[in-house]
Amino acid sequence: MSGAAGLPASVGKAGVGARAARWTAYAIVGVGALFMLAPFWFMFVFATHSRSEIFNLPPPLWFGDDLAANFRLLTERIPFWRNLGWSLYVALMSTALTLLFCSMAGYAFALMEFRFKKALFGLVMATMLLPSFMNMIPMFMIMDALGWIDQQRALYVPGAASAFGIFLMRQFAQSSVPRELVESARMDGCGEFSIYWRIVLPLMKPALGTLALITFITSWNNFINPLIVMRSLPNYTLPLALRSLQSTLNTEWGALMCGSAIATIPLIVLFAITSRQLIAGLTAGAVK
Amino acid sequence: MRLPPLLRLSPKWAPYVFISPFLILFGVFGVFPLCFSLYLAFQSWEPTGGLRAMEYVGLANFAFALKDDWFWMSLRNTLWLAIASGVPQHLVALPLAAFIHAAFKRLRDGVIAVYFLPYITSTVAIAIMFYSLFSQDYGMINAALAQWFGLPHTDWLTSAAHIKPAIAFIVFWRYVGFNTVLYLAAMQTIPGELYEAATLDGASRLRQFLHITLPGIRPMIFFGVTLSVIGGLQLFEEPFILTGGKGGPQQAAMTSAVYLFREAFDFNDFGGASAMSWLLFLVVALLTWITNLAFRTRRGAA
Repeated sequence: MSGAAGLPASVGKAGVGARAARWTAYAIVGVGALFMLAPFWFMFVFATHSRSEIFNLPPPLWFGDDLAANFRLLTERIPFWRNLGWSLYVALMSTALTLLFCSMAGYAFALMEFRFKKALFGLVMATMLLPSFMNMIPMFMIMDALGWIDQQRALYVPGAASAFGIFLMRQFAQSSVPRELVESARMDGCGEFSIYWRIVLPLMKPALGTLALITFITSWNNFINPLIVMRSLPNYTLPLALRSLQSTLNTEWGALMCGSAIATIPLIVLFAITSRQLIAGLTAGAVK
Repeated sequence: MRLPPLLRLSPKWAPYVFISPFLILFGVFGVFPLCFSLYLAFQSWEPTGGLRAMEYVGLANFAFALKDDWFWMSLRNTLWLAIASGVPQHLVALPLAAFIHAAFKRLRDGVIAVYFLPYITSTVAIAIMFYSLFSQDYGMINAALAQWFGLPHTDWLTSAAHIKPAIAFIVFWRYVGFNTVLYLAAMQTIPGELYEAATLDGASRLRQFLHITLPGIRPMIFFGVTLSVIGGLQLFEEPFILTGGKGGPQQAAMTSAVYLFREAFDFNDFGGASAMSWLLFLVVALLTWITNLAFRTRRGAA
């Protein structure tokens, strides 16, 4: 065993102290994990209780039998399936556009020569550090000028110019698309588009997968952009629709929890399958 | 499949064709908005009057912001929240990463996934979740505090004194796992022999952590703290949703970003809001620079 930080590398060499230390670590990390999961647990439990049961003392700790009633209430208050559909549509469009545009540009930045390449890349990277609130007002005005207010394209088109996407694609293309392969294909008379489509893209699959996951999740969760441009409940994506439930005077907590749980489940499933790849991708900027 | 020569892309033009979709979007939705917002910061404008109602007012918007009580109050709120949520994140994430690194091998991926889960969950779902947990009379958090510590019920979300700690707690809960993962990744690059040698020399675990682990992951600490500074200063969604978009009792949870939003969309002052966004940008840049400086001088001293 190597690289034990905080605890000695010799933990395995028995010793009561070492074993105690190891169990202390298990206990602390375990309690911390419960602390991370508890709010999710209550969200799922509350989704199955009526409003009056949720606000009982003590609050319920185990599932009740009002899930169906809560769901009915939810679909009465908001066009739930429509909102869910828009969320899915926006997330898929956003993912498709981001993958296409960022992979093309990332490939060019990594393996081709053109004027102002360094300056352009530097400019794109610099915007990654800009606080998101800088964009809030001008984004609204552009969407207004384009007539895109209350339209879904206002949500998925701007995101396709993702600085993070370009960064990830360029890094990966640089390290795993061999320059010689591209050049020999060009010598053989292969067109530029087919080089990109048939040679570069297949080699970029792992990074494309990571970028797809990140883009999908970011779009699925996005709150601030829909908040700024969307105007009518039937056009809302799910997070915005759920929040609109909360602002009415008598918040139906059971229904709201039910909606939040349904919005969260796809993410948890996706994350359970892909957590390794996703975490590696999200921290890629830090490790490289 | 061979395309006719006219449609074939020459290698000379190919890079421009490949980058142009991205660059067009980047120009329209990335660069142009920034320039426009700078222009707007010197204009007086109410969107209801149309683009013609714009009027050059020089530095008046900046002067207004600097004299505005709410601007300063929201900045203080933001700094308070950034520190109260940011500092504990790192103080907890560092030892936590060390524990996971030392004691977990087979279960490591699962443990990391659990800690990372809040980071990928929607803020709206999280805010809704915590809204009920923090509820005064029937919330789980008050019930637990009363049960275990005999504490009286606290009005977390309805009093100016308590809403900040409540929000700081949520932000802490959400990002502590992200930092843990960063530190864990850095710890994995420290060679194990260093620890073995230190153990032979009789160095305690605490000393090993302080003298091997911490210096070894120093660049990552710098990176993580920088992200927390930048992220903490643009805090928007948690306070916005938990206070119904208004900023909470006596605006105690109105962060700068929330105020910016309200200045533009509630009070229709787009010029003023743009000027504020540039002032805040300067604050973010300044604090990022100070963070950088702090890490550099301490490295020089060590």
